Amino acid sequence: MTELSNAGGPAVPDIRADYMALTRRRRAYSGVLLIVFVALMAAGFQVADDRNAGGFRDGLHNIFAFPAQVIGEAVEKAALLPGHLVKFFPALVETINIAAVSTLVGALAGLVLSLLSTRGLARFPRLIPLFRRIMDVMRAIPEIVIALVLIFVLGGGPVPAMIAIAFHTGGALGKLFSEVNENADLKPVEGLESVGASWIQRMGLGVMPQVAPNYLSYALLRFEINIRASAILGFVGAGGIGYELKNAISWGQGKFDEAAAIFLLLFGAIVFFDQLSSQYRDRLTRGRGAP
Amino acid sequence: MTDTATLKAEATELILSKRLFAVRLPALVLLYLVYVTFAFDIPGLAERARMDNARALVADSYSYKTHVTRDNRSGEVTIAIEGERKGTYPPGEAPDWVTLGEETVIDLGRGHVVIYTDRGMRYDIPGYGVIEAMPTASRGVVTNLGNELPDWISVSKNRLAITTEAGRVSVTRNRTEVFRYFAGWELFFFSLDSPYHGHGLVDIVAGPRIDPARENLAGAWADFWGNPMWRHGEVAWAIFETVLMAFLGTMGAALVALPLAFLAARNFTPVMAIRFAVRRVFDFVRGVDALIWTIVLARAFGPGPLTGALAILLTDTGSFGKMFSEALENVDERQIEGVQSTGAPMASRYRFGVIPQITPILLSQVLYFLESNTRSATIIGAITGGGIGLLLTQAIITQKDWEEVSYYILLILAMVMLMDWLSGILRRRLIKGR
Repeated sequence: MTELSNAGGPAVPDIRADYMALTRRRRAYSGVLLIVFVALMAAGFQVADDRNAGGFRDGLHNIFAFPAQVIGEAVEKAALLPGHLVKFFPALVETINIAAVSTLVGALAGLVLSLLSTRGLARFPRLIPLFRRIMDVMRAIPEIVIALVLIFVLGGGPVPAMIAIAFHTGGALGKLFSEVNENADLKPVEGLESVGASWIQRMGLGVMPQVAPNYLSYALLRFEINIRASAILGFVGAGGIGYELKNAISWGQGKFDEAAAIFLLLFGAIVFFDQLSSQYRDRLTRGRGAP
Repeated sequence: MTDTATLKAEATELILSKRLFAVRLPALVLLYLVYVTFAFDIPGLAERARMDNARALVADSYSYKTHVTRDNRSGEVTIAIEGERKGTYPPGEAPDWVTLGEETVIDLGRGHVVIYTDRGMRYDIPGYGVIEAMPTASRGVVTNLGNELPDWISVSKNRLAITTEAGRVSVTRNRTEVFRYFAGWELFFFSLDSPYHGHGLVDIVAGPRIDPARENLAGAWADFWGNPMWRHGEVAWAIFETVLMAFLGTMGAALVALPLAFLAARNFTPVMAIRFAVRRVFDFVRGVDALIWTIVLARAFGPGPLTGALAILLTDTGSFGKMFSEALENVDERQIEGVQSTGAPMASRYRFGVIPQITPILLSQVLYFLESNTRSATIIGAITGGGIGLLLTQAIITQKDWEEVSYYILLILAMVMLMDWLSGILRRRLIKGR
């Protein structure tokens, strides 16, 4: 073996020693980080367990007690199940409508906000930071906050949930949309500008065709999330299937067959839209016509 | 030539169909919105909306009122902030705009003065005159008012109510009450029974000892932390609980999902049956959704942060499992082969060939979920009964302490934005290298 020419540089053993030292140090860091992480998890679990009404160990035994009760009652009254499914279907439709409208409204708001906060496209370039902060705040507010306040003002029903979810969706989609916008080609926009197109025309004809598939894909994903959100908000009083579920559950034994029907409906709806949107999104990202 | 003609015909058709689509899509959306308008009964919304609630909510969130109440039977005067027992001034003490004595003089500012006379009440309104009222046992509330009244005064046999820009006065047979409004949140730092009430920060830090029994800073901190009206200590715990739920749920889900994801990835598990089974498990826990998991788990574990954490853990195991297995299916085989070619055993192949490839993707997804789960934990807390979500729902249900509601909302916002910022920083550092 011939020695490679390494005159003037550090000797190979030195490099090797340095490298090993570096590796050891990195390993030590990772080890410390891992220990801290494990300690945090353990301590956190301990605290959560202490502050919980029932302990983890005791609860683990009866984790199947409630599902068993519900399933038992549902099986007992299996003949009533189709009737219940039909009875609660309108509530499910309401939940899905809440999600659909809020996705639609939120996507429109997100579209405008994202265009206003993307460099190169913004109507008022000086106001970009302002619109970005607006989106941050919209994104940060949990739906339940707006929903509860609006239920107090507007009364229970689907509208508070719709507004609350749309508000959050506007912020969340706005951020994703503006990331898409940043990758859009500016040449069509410049071309349109050179022939005197207005801002709205530039955006509609120059940007939209480029970004629409990605927008649609994000909006579909959001729709999926919003179905879950609207079911949860129903539970705190905003109508739809969540509200029916709460009634059935708090009634306790005797209405568990209804609860089972609602569980089934909700589960079915979530899985259905999940599959639908993931299939459609696949098609959008892989291009039209792909199987 | 026919080629061009067909091409042109095709192009025309295409453009036409695109034009039709451009009209149809908005029309469809509009039609759907019209349907929803009626399905949600939006026209009836105006009737159901309680604008007075909205006004109370907004006014309460930035201002508070102090009640000066006289019991007309005993003649006893009490002064209480927001009319709450915890905000009541000790007997004989009053804020500087109320003078106690034979006659109680209440200065509402801007020239408005209310005097509780021996048995009655006298209100001097600048630009209007003096209103006198005397509650009597037999004839109700007797006033010196005529029949022509402005709309800010309402009078009936048993009740007189005056609302001016300086405050509100109400006289009934049982009691005479004056409300004066102030901007801000009342007693936010110290309640009235604390010796530190009314002292500024400079006083407490640099001034002489206020409470002889305690060091200034320690005493002030204890009184602030244990403030009975705002309960800062409990609120801080609640915030911590919410973050804890999100942290335990997200990290736990990632730890559970990672090994399972290997079983669901095509290139690591050739056995189709196992792959299929694991994937259906992921779909199931994800499809059941946090709401149902929360309900089911709350039955077993009772309300509290652990239940919320487990609900998040279960739901996100499904989401993570799906994402991780997709990431695993996209790993570069060459790196694994490279490690394998050095004679590395199975474990080393995974450790050095696979893990470094997927770590950035996994970490970024986990951190993203951590941030979004902070929001979910607020909602789950409201259902299962833990954390800041519970405090918020309780404060809203009482429909009284809207200043607390706005305080909690601000805290939640700060919490979520902080987590967002933190996860952003970590993501950038961990993924792009330091």
